[in-house]
Amino acid sequence: MPKLSNKERMKIQRQAMPEQESAVRRNNFSEVNLGFTEELARMEAERCIQCPKPTCIEGCPVGVKIKDFIALVAEGEYLKAADKIKEDNMLPAICGRVCPQEEQCEAKCVVGKKGESVAIGRLERFVADFERQTVGIREATLKPKSGKKVAIVGSGPAGLGCAGDLIQMGHDVTVFEALHDLGGVLIYGIPEFRLPKDIVKAEVESLKKLGVDFQTNAVIGLTDTVDELMSDGYDAVFIAVGAGLPYFLNIKGENYNGVYSANEFLTRVNLMKAYKFPDYDTPVFHVKGKNVAVFGGGNTAMDAVRTAKRLGAKNAYIIYRRSDAEMPARKEEVHHAKDEGIEFLFLANPLEFLGDSDGWLTSVRLQKMELGEPDTSGRRKPIPIQGSEYILDIDMAVIAIGNGSNPIIQKTTPDLQYTKWGNIVVDENTMRTPKKGVFAGGDIVTGGATVILAMGAGRKAAAAINEFLNSSN
Amino acid sequence: MYKIIDAEFIAPNVRKIIIEAPKIAKKRKAGQFVIVRVNDHGERIPLTISDSNLEEGTITLIVQGIGWTTQELNSLVAGDFILDVVGPLGKASHIEKFGTAVSIGGGVGTAIAYPTAVALKQAGNYTISIIGGRSKEYVILENEMNKVCDEVFVTTDDGSYGYPGFVTTKLQELIDAKRKIDFVLAIGPIPMMKAIAEVTRKYKIKTVVSLNPIMVDGTGMCGGCRATVDDKTVFVCVDGPEFDAHKVDFATLERRNRTYREDEKDALQRHSCKSEEAILKAVNEG
Repeated sequence: MPKLSNKERMKIQRQAMPEQESAVRRNNFSEVNLGFTEELARMEAERCIQCPKPTCIEGCPVGVKIKDFIALVAEGEYLKAADKIKEDNMLPAICGRVCPQEEQCEAKCVVGKKGESVAIGRLERFVADFERQTVGIREATLKPKSGKKVAIVGSGPAGLGCAGDLIQMGHDVTVFEALHDLGGVLIYGIPEFRLPKDIVKAEVESLKKLGVDFQTNAVIGLTDTVDELMSDGYDAVFIAVGAGLPYFLNIKGENYNGVYSANEFLTRVNLMKAYKFPDYDTPVFHVKGKNVAVFGGGNTAMDAVRTAKRLGAKNAYIIYRRSDAEMPARKEEVHHAKDEGIEFLFLANPLEFLGDSDGWLTSVRLQKMELGEPDTSGRRKPIPIQGSEYILDIDMAVIAIGNGSNPIIQKTTPDLQYTKWGNIVVDENTMRTPKKGVFAGGDIVTGGATVILAMGAGRKAAAAINEFLNSSN
Repeated sequence: MYKIIDAEFIAPNVRKIIIEAPKIAKKRKAGQFVIVRVNDHGERIPLTISDSNLEEGTITLIVQGIGWTTQELNSLVAGDFILDVVGPLGKASHIEKFGTAVSIGGGVGTAIAYPTAVALKQAGNYTISIIGGRSKEYVILENEMNKVCDEVFVTTDDGSYGYPGFVTTKLQELIDAKRKIDFVLAIGPIPMMKAIAEVTRKYKIKTVVSLNPIMVDGTGMCGGCRATVDDKTVFVCVDGPEFDAHKVDFATLERRNRTYREDEKDALQRHSCKSEEAILKAVNEG
């Protein structure tokens, strides 16, 4: 392609992401987004005006050299582009899919100030997929062995990010996972149609090839405590257990049959493959032809409601107490959900679940809300409208209003510092806890956040652990 | 992969399975459980650890074949492997010197009451156990209980062995005989635990039950095992499994445990058709 002027670049339309037709995809679990072709990727890369002082990088929690990798894409140097991304992001195929780019890098894109921003996330995904599909994820070079051992607790994005860096720095790394499969929320939480499990498996496999040891069925705190890991010869421990204790609404009737946490519903379907029951032994509520309500407005709520639709729900509702504008879910996910026929009930607050004499959920009593002044989160606060209560018939409810912190580490490691919500207190630059050799990061520190922030925390911890190990010779 | 060292039926449909799991054997305390997944299509089910052997590095599970997964588990023999065993999960039984402690086991519940009875004895309690079964062949661990308890009473519903009647009847007899009872542990089917709670409530005897809800991860992540205790929601996997019997909402527990009853029937039926097909195929192929 001849060299374009910035004016010409700005004229190119943002390339749309090819996706499965909504009428087709709402009946299957295959990935919704199909990914850019080479042509689309290069055209999109040409839209980047290669700012002398790029601001996109400021929007990236891990500082990916966006301008540089996009220039390589424009030149057709996709593998070099992959290398460039991986200098800062260990999991590009995953982050290219699940990062909220519209609030991060793309929100800061200069092109986006006048028109639509460069589709950075789609390009990142393209580059990572190109590498994996053509030559496979290439092995990084390892530094000579340091003779030090690190235990990582949890195989989610924080744990994987930390493991990838530490193994390259020459340390022995063992990752302990409570479940029987690896990837944490990437495997049990995010559905196949948004993040294919083969991609997570490929990332885990590439870490195994580098020598990372993974131990499943190990609940740290119970199977081994943090102190036992230290006395077993680990020189440092990184705690990355995630949030993982679902909040409920704490309203009447929440223990009726048919009321699930999003974690349980998604785990049954994703990890345990309940959608293939009885070929797989784990059952889940028979959604087909039924009315399902998901409470919450985040990405997990979208994942749950779209899963319910795919399982054949007649009506699948999102019930959210604020309005469209306050929903924390990614715009793309909301857009996909609407295309798939999800109904959104905004400004509706659940007061009580109602059930039949056998204990099965039959309906929910809702109250209409209106928006008042902004609250501490900066979002307008929902206020109940008196006398606006109504009943909605539903057969299944999924509560997706976030997670508290899991108590197992806290109960068994009392000498760490915890907030009143049970989050582990760390130095935010080094991820160090006050306990020598113990670091923590990801959702157990921040509360429920994003994949990229967790991975970034894992990598920050890896750098600090490396420094700690080298200085403790 | 976790190797089965030994497996035998100790009552109709009830199998004692000894599994190599040295780490769990070392760590487990009375009252704790494991989550087991038999194979890669399997579901995750919680099973209380009945016993362990530190030297051999083994744990003992006693499994009643009710649904497809427990029946599949009970079809395994020594030398077979279980894909996943994770634990020890849950809180250990609260053990102290109460004075006289009565451990009550109904059916396969005796297997769960047994390790706590051992711990109660070790803590210096005068230990009585009441173990019941539908009929003689359903009474399990009588010898084991005899070894650790000061007194053991056996009851059978049909009177074919021991005292005729239910475990509640025997407990009431002890109370009526003015025996001093400071603590009761009751483990068995929900109606039995509920009945025991009603007996001891009147006399304000501290009573603990071990709950058996449906679980998935067993570590607090899914909330599927939630139960109502003292009008509050608890997660049995991390807050329990043992709770004050006088505060448990047994009706809700019983209802929630029926969530997948139709699926369980369905799975059993399909699997039994499949195994019939497999047998026919094997016969046809000589």
